[in-house]
Amino acid sequence: MTDEYEHYEAVVVGAGPGGAAAAAVLARNDVETLVLERGVEAGSKNVTGGLIYAEESAPYTVDGLFPEFRSEATERPVTDYYLHNVAGEKVKTFDITDLHEHDTEWSDAVLRRKMDSWMADRVHEMANETGGGLLTDVRVNGLLREGGEIAGVTCDELDPIRADLVIAADGVNSELARDAGLMDWEDPEEWFQGVKAVVDVPPEVIDERFGVGDEEGEAHLFSGDLFEDVRGGGFVYTNEDSLSIGSVFHLDSIVEQEAEPHQLLDNLLTHPLMADWLEGHYDEVEYSAKLVPDSKKAAHPAPHQGRLLVVGDAAGQMQAQGPIIKGMNHAVSAGALAGEAFAEAKLRGDPDKAGELYEQKLRNEGIMGKLRPKGYQVARALGEHDAVTEMADSLLTSSVGRLGVKVAGGLLEDLYSSPHLSQIVPDTQTPYVTLPTVIAEELGDRVTGEADYEPKDLVTRIGDLTYDTDVGNPHIELRDNSVEASGAAVYACPVSAEGFGGGCYREETVKTNGSEEKRISLDTQPCVECGTCAVVADTDWEHPRGGKGVEYKEG
Amino acid sequence: MHSVVLTKGVPDFREGQVSFDEDGHLERGATPTVMNPNDEYALQAALQTKVKQGGTVSVMSMGPPGYESVLEEAMSVYADDLYLLSDREMAAADTWSTSITLSAGIEQIAEADQSGEPDLIFAGFKTADGETGQTGPQTCWCLDRPIVTHVIALDVDEDEEKIRAKRLVEGDVDEIETVEAPLPAFVVTDPEFDPSYRRAEHRLRHKQLKAETEERVEEYEDHLTSWSAEELDLDPDFIGLDGSPTIVSGVDPIPKAPSEREATMVTPGDEDGMEQVLDEMRPLAGGD
Ligand SMILES: Cc1cc2nc3c(=O)[nH]c(=O)nc-3n(C[C@H](O)[C@H](O)[C@H](O)COP(=O)(O)OP(=O)(O)OC[C@H]3O[C@@H](n4cnc5c(N)ncnc54)[C@H](O)[C@@H]3O)c2cc1C
Ligand code: SF4
Repeated sequence: MTDEYEHYEAVVVGAGPGGAAAAAVLARNDVETLVLERGVEAGSKNVTGGLIYAEESAPYTVDGLFPEFRSEATERPVTDYYLHNVAGEKVKTFDITDLHEHDTEWSDAVLRRKMDSWMADRVHEMANETGGGLLTDVRVNGLLREGGEIAGVTCDELDPIRADLVIAADGVNSELARDAGLMDWEDPEEWFQGVKAVVDVPPEVIDERFGVGDEEGEAHLFSGDLFEDVRGGGFVYTNEDSLSIGSVFHLDSIVEQEAEPHQLLDNLLTHPLMADWLEGHYDEVEYSAKLVPDSKKAAHPAPHQGRLLVVGDAAGQMQAQGPIIKGMNHAVSAGALAGEAFAEAKLRGDPDKAGELYEQKLRNEGIMGKLRPKGYQVARALGEHDAVTEMADSLLTSSVGRLGVKVAGGLLEDLYSSPHLSQIVPDTQTPYVTLPTVIAEELGDRVTGEADYEPKDLVTRIGDLTYDTDVGNPHIELRDNSVEASGAAVYACPVSAEGFGGGCYREETVKTNGSEEKRISLDTQPCVECGTCAVVADTDWEHPRGGKGVEYKEG
Repeated sequence: MHSVVLTKGVPDFREGQVSFDEDGHLERGATPTVMNPNDEYALQAALQTKVKQGGTVSVMSMGPPGYESVLEEAMSVYADDLYLLSDREMAAADTWSTSITLSAGIEQIAEADQSGEPDLIFAGFKTADGETGQTGPQTCWCLDRPIVTHVIALDVDEDEEKIRAKRLVEGDVDEIETVEAPLPAFVVTDPEFDPSYRRAEHRLRHKQLKAETEERVEEYEDHLTSWSAEELDLDPDFIGLDGSPTIVSGVDPIPKAPSEREATMVTPGDEDGMEQVLDEMRPLAGGD
């Protein structure tokens, strides 16, 4: 029967920025390209902060590949960028527009449903010219292998498809990268977890409260003690008529602190600064979450195997440049380079060399250097020792340290704005919590706004989301329901919480032969497919079938 | 492959659309006419044939000129052209004279259309108003073709000039048989019909057709042909009321559901009323 399988020159899995860029370059080079996306529409599964960057040094930018991109698919450009160091009600604000503008041609806020679906239409037009196109509602569930070699893909909704090239642009929990053994979902240290609320605010209110014109926008970051001791930060980005308010935390830190991500988000939502911006306008329309890889640890140095090339989040290519998060732009570059590599390899008559060429291009174009900066390895070796962290923290919080912070004053703002330093800050308590807190305590001003609203609770947030549940066919199964193996998911899952019965994970007490035991149980109905429990619990984790599961309207 | 789908306009029986008078008679004037819901499956089956085999889909209906909107709705499921058989003489037809009229229409298409006799004719299972399920099979009888009813899955083999269908035996969802029939054939789809597109190529074509249809629906009138009884060369004695052997002896209104209790409306602002509600509920709550 294998003779009847369809064949396309290239199959691209996933229609996020990585897949869209790959398909655009392939189509441009007359490669017959089929793009498969599991959502009902491209973008319906995706979450970002998010600011998309066009870097001056990048080999490709999204508007280079999709000319009308900025006018059709984005929200407001970022014209000012601030970092707020927070200690209680005290805030010290640094203007880090310089860091933001470093190597930046432009940067706009985006919402993924709008952005991805717009790109997908362009991609379909282009790929259609080559005899292929873009299909939604199709979940690729694995690699087709023939004689031990990768020969195509297998899907839930379609018969197997053969291809000379498979590009895995299937995002953070890439089932294809896992199938190929290139990535695993083991170590919480390699991931962040992002949680976001989109709040509708009338455009004129945004203009007035942020002091911007209608073609302008702002980015605000938050760090310090408002997230208790969890390492990470918060963000607020201005869209045309809404705000994206969210947080990105180290997953290992969430697990260690047993933190509830939705509560951390609430801390941000009710902070005095936020209260001023949202007064009378807290209209939260969507709650969302997704894992985010930390390229410093997770980026695969050689993300390919046979005919499979892995791009974007699927290959861990998500750079946290200090507080600035760059994933979409690298996904675009990597996707385009992968497409280019195949086109070149094919021209040379050796399409199977595409993987090697792609790896070379990632290095030569400087992308691998940004994703895995050399300096970080050194800083990490020194800076991520517990002893060093403790010393730095106690020094900072001591009177000597505090004096230093006071004296340094403006210098600190410059330090924060250093593109080089920001790439290599160690992942410890010090830069995320201790330093900003001390800065705010010593240099900050008191802000006094008080929220005239209560953040929505989880029941409401889940209730507001749209789901097409695949009844009787749960996409995640618990392999080990002991508290040791899977208990972390009860708090780390963004739609679960301790003592909350309506989420995915909950702790239950089971009585057996007179003794009581605690067990973890799972109900995937409210799952937002963020990927967290694939890492922090012992599960058989898959994405739902095409078109099933959660459907984001904003993203 | 040329397919013809038969469809009919029926009152929109959905909640909020349909209205009945006090005696339980349908108020035709106040109830919108829509495409018979079961015909959607017939259209889906024809569409699947068009996607996989190529060719065209024509949709045909017999009814008053107002049925144009029904055909417009049908076109949104990817039809190529529309035929309305409309004439005063055809009015008040029962299933028998309807079948005669429809079969004449199909023969006329075969003459008018370059592609000759339609390879497949599709009908839905039962209309929402008549509920007889007779029109499809009777039309087929007039045309003298093989028929397969209660079809839930369909495969067309052009080379072998036959169809292979899965069907529910006696309409029973638990009993499925697979049958073959030579082309040209007549297919009555079951509401369980499920189109299947397991090849990317077919889904891409489906997507393409969808885009094309969206444009076509805008100007559906350009694709609409109306034929009168005369144009179809139909003998007035065999169509409409005159051609209908069915005699409706009477119509009983749907009896109202019996209600043993009487309802009293109480608004939450009405204190005495609320007190009364509580009094009523107290014994049920087991308290005092
Ligand atoms: C809260 C948060 C804030 C962020 N902020 C920013 C920011 O400000 N700036 C920035 O640049 N980046 C940001 N990121 C990261 C950024 O969103 C990602 O790096 C980026 O989306 C990666 O793009 P991608 O194309 O690799 O994957 P994705 O955008 O995740 O796309 C993957 C696609 O593949 C599809 N897919 C997955 N599996 C399958 C399958 N099996 N079959 C078919 N289709 C499949 C998905 O539905 C999806 O459409 C943020 C992330 C989060 C969560
Ligand atoms: S069940 Fe797992 S994948 Fe789903 S939302 Fe919770 S942590 Fe995320």
